[in-house]
Amino acid sequence: MIDVPVSATRPPSANRSTAGRRILGLHAWLTYIFLYAPIVILVLFSFTTDTFGVRWTGFTIDWYLRLARDTRMINATVNTLWVALVATIISTVCGTLLALAMERYRFRGRNGMDALLYLPIVIPEIVMALALLAFFSFAFGLLESLTGIKLRMNIWTVIVSHVAFCISFVVVVVRASLKGFDMRLEEAGADLGADPQTIFWRITLPLIMPGVIGGALLAFTLSLDDFIISFFTVGPGTNLLPVEVYGRVKRAITPSINAISTIMLVVSMALVFLSQFVQRQRD
Amino acid sequence: MTVVAPDETPLAHQRQQRLRLWLLLAPGALWLFFFFVLPLLIVMLYSFATPGPTGNVIWQFNFDSYITLIGKDLYFNAYYRSLWVGLQTTVICLLVGYPLALYMTLAEPKQRNLLLFLVLIPFWTNFLVRTYAWMIILSNNGLINDLLQWLGFAKQLLYPSAGAVLVGLIYGNLPFMVLPLFASLARFDFTLMEASADLGAGRWRSFWRIMFPLTVPGVVAGSVLVFIPTVGQFVVSDLLGGSKVDLLGNLLQRLFTRSNPPNWPLGSALALVFMFVLTLIVIIYFRTTTEEDR
Repeated sequence: MIDVPVSATRPPSANRSTAGRRILGLHAWLTYIFLYAPIVILVLFSFTTDTFGVRWTGFTIDWYLRLARDTRMINATVNTLWVALVATIISTVCGTLLALAMERYRFRGRNGMDALLYLPIVIPEIVMALALLAFFSFAFGLLESLTGIKLRMNIWTVIVSHVAFCISFVVVVVRASLKGFDMRLEEAGADLGADPQTIFWRITLPLIMPGVIGGALLAFTLSLDDFIISFFTVGPGTNLLPVEVYGRVKRAITPSINAISTIMLVVSMALVFLSQFVQRQRD
Repeated sequence: MTVVAPDETPLAHQRQQRLRLWLLLAPGALWLFFFFVLPLLIVMLYSFATPGPTGNVIWQFNFDSYITLIGKDLYFNAYYRSLWVGLQTTVICLLVGYPLALYMTLAEPKQRNLLLFLVLIPFWTNFLVRTYAWMIILSNNGLINDLLQWLGFAKQLLYPSAGAVLVGLIYGNLPFMVLPLFASLARFDFTLMEASADLGAGRWRSFWRIMFPLTVPGVVAGSVLVFIPTVGQFVVSDLLGGSKVDLLGNLLQRLFTRSNPPNWPLGSALALVFMFVLTLIVIIYFRTTTEEDR
């Protein structure tokens, strides 16, 4: 999403140690402490014996064991993973195809499509969430009055909605990887008699694969972490992890929430490692 | 798709290209049309409808919702407060984020990768979880209150409060400011600063006349990435602000789901005006900053 150059040249003045540099260093230290202190405290207090989960009174893993027996939470976790998986697959396929169309072809309405693709990234998430809620309610109402079939919002309305906001992010990432693509490789393939399908599967796709995986990882993380759109499109019958956590947090702080939050944190960290690894491969 | 025969006519080739383009475009474009464009159009439709007594929507079209929006202070104040909180968050994130991004840029390559990685982790971590962490710290029997008591002060009700909301928002959004700033600073040619110093400019002058103007794209990107989600959020103000801090997101959530009865037409109008105002602000911001740049 954000193009961060990993191997930029280092400024020549970097080694100079001055008062200014020291102040910058101190500021950086304090900022990192600000960023990490809450995370460390959260992890620490998932192991505390304090039943309110806000101070250190001793070590226990009891809260994790309780989570393992918490069927509501487990059910919510399974649902969330399923949503993220399906949404990632659909948005990665659609997004990669769209990226190819946008980078390779000139067609009427291309500028409009470009703008449309950026819109889900820049409009406030809550507006998109409410729009989807209104849409499903309107569409289901219309369907019922026309055919008598009753549909309700469930896990599929969440998946559909997640795909709608993930596509744009996949397109941005895959397009970036298509920018530096050497078209001569495809021409060489064609000259050697490969048909378009062979060229796509044997040349194009393998070369843009790091971008596609990067886009998929981004979509997976976005879907896994999304709260606002899930909250409005899930309907009363289905349970999703962020929505369940939000509901419990509203009631009270408990060490069990500290524990599930810690697990979510660890999963996010694993995904960062993975995405960094993929990016290294790309460079 | 069929195989292109080498002796194909140009017309058939063109038709084939068009088919291929259509196959690439159709899945994503149709998805976005049905589940993004159409929902926005339906919200527009709802905003002109009439709210029913049980939270249902009556399809009688009028401007009542928009008139209510203009007429009541409640809504004007929510816009004002949300934009103000968004501005405060953005400015503080910029003031904290710029020096940090600069420090990251100046670090040795190995250290720089680590520093970048340390910003990426909170960037990818669930926003809800990060807000929740502050509830633990600020809670009545939490660490800050323990510290206050240890220092000899009385316990304070730290949250729900407006201050807690601001801290939560800065905490949640800081990585979104730092990353584009870093991307922009990493492309900056630092020899320019030396040239400027050789020509007799002081540090501040060199910063304001050379480094800052050249990193404006990063500043703009970071500010937009922080401002938009901040103005539209409702989780932080709900969890850390209780009912004391009523931002637009909280109002929207209530109008659609919690108030008795829900008022979808009014909520739709509120959301649309909100989107319009926000887009206008972002466009004006882009215009003015890029003009200064030139």
